[in-house]
Amino acid sequence: MSSDWPLWEVFVRAKGGLAHRHVGSVHAPDQELALRHARDTYTRRLEGVSLWVVKSDEIVASDPDEAGPLFEPAEDKIYRHPTFYDIPDEVKHI
Amino acid sequence: MPSLPPIEKDVQKRAEKARPKGAFDEPETLTADPLEDAYYDYLLRLGDDALILGQRLGEWCGHAPSVEVDLSLANMALDLIGQATLILDKANNGDGDDLAFKRDVLDFRNCWLVEQPNGDFARTICRQLLYSTWQHMLFQQLAESPDSFLSAIAAKAVKEVAYHRELASEWAVRLGDGTDESAGRMRDGLDWCWRFVPELFEVDQPLEEMIARQTVPDPRSFEAEYRAAIGAVLAEAKLDVPPDQRPILGGRRGHHSEHLGHLLAVMQFLPRTYPDSVW
Repeated sequence: MSSDWPLWEVFVRAKGGLAHRHVGSVHAPDQELALRHARDTYTRRLEGVSLWVVKSDEIVASDPDEAGPLFEPAEDKIYRHPTFYDIPDEVKHI
Repeated sequence: MPSLPPIEKDVQKRAEKARPKGAFDEPETLTADPLEDAYYDYLLRLGDDALILGQRLGEWCGHAPSVEVDLSLANMALDLIGQATLILDKANNGDGDDLAFKRDVLDFRNCWLVEQPNGDFARTICRQLLYSTWQHMLFQQLAESPDSFLSAIAAKAVKEVAYHRELASEWAVRLGDGTDESAGRMRDGLDWCWRFVPELFEVDQPLEEMIARQTVPDPRSFEAEYRAAIGAVLAEAKLDVPPDQRPILGGRRGHHSEHLGHLLAVMQFLPRTYPDSVW
């Protein structure tokens, strides 16, 4: 049965102020049940306050074969990392 | 392996109290302290409904149509077992396990609907829709009860039950308005479950006592609303409301289908074979 159902990617917001994070995927016949399945599968232990689901085949992904041109040029640009100053302790999420 | 402990502790006493054959449909008459008995009885009814339905849903674990549905059903089962634990603990001074695992079938006070076998997924959904819709309406009112225990448990559980009701409704619509086969299975499931609905609205003497104390809602007050709500879900599911059948009553007085004994055999085997085991 579930193999006939489309796959949905699941995103959970752990608490207010944080971004939704990808946590996994579920099979479901439609978007309402995808949310139910995501709730029952990924928020059983109080993991979240908000859920997103999106059909997996609607996600546009980069081609692994192009990883070189896409990502390697960033390797030697260490000045882009915010590591040259101290982050105040009060700043929790950066 | 230790020998099996005796199940019936007071067979003689019980036999003396037994009513004549066929008398289970007769309303219960109360003895001793009617108010205390009625309160205890009410706790057993609520607690046993949750316990038995939780056990039934748990039987799906590992057998559901998909891993996601497996989790949905197990989550509902755990919600219900949690409710049963609180209610039966209250009924038995903190030892709900004793009530769950050491009573025999005639002492259970759950309704017939919840003990019905799972059947296929469609029948399980029909049973859930019919029970959760009733439980949701009941608990919404019970949350306003002046009895602090009942109002607290209902207020906590009503959110869980609202979810059960929504989930069952959504599946009912998808199966009813799905393929010919899924619609046929829903019709069969409804046909199986429908005769157990009137019991949910039956008011016998112990319940009458509780209603008279204004501690608990009269289920008849939301029967019309219930039938309208079920009718709306079935209409969306493109299913006909089944014709009313001869009501099956008696679960609240300890008269059950043969299915409950088999359920208890599985549920109670371990604690009866290895009493007070811990691990």
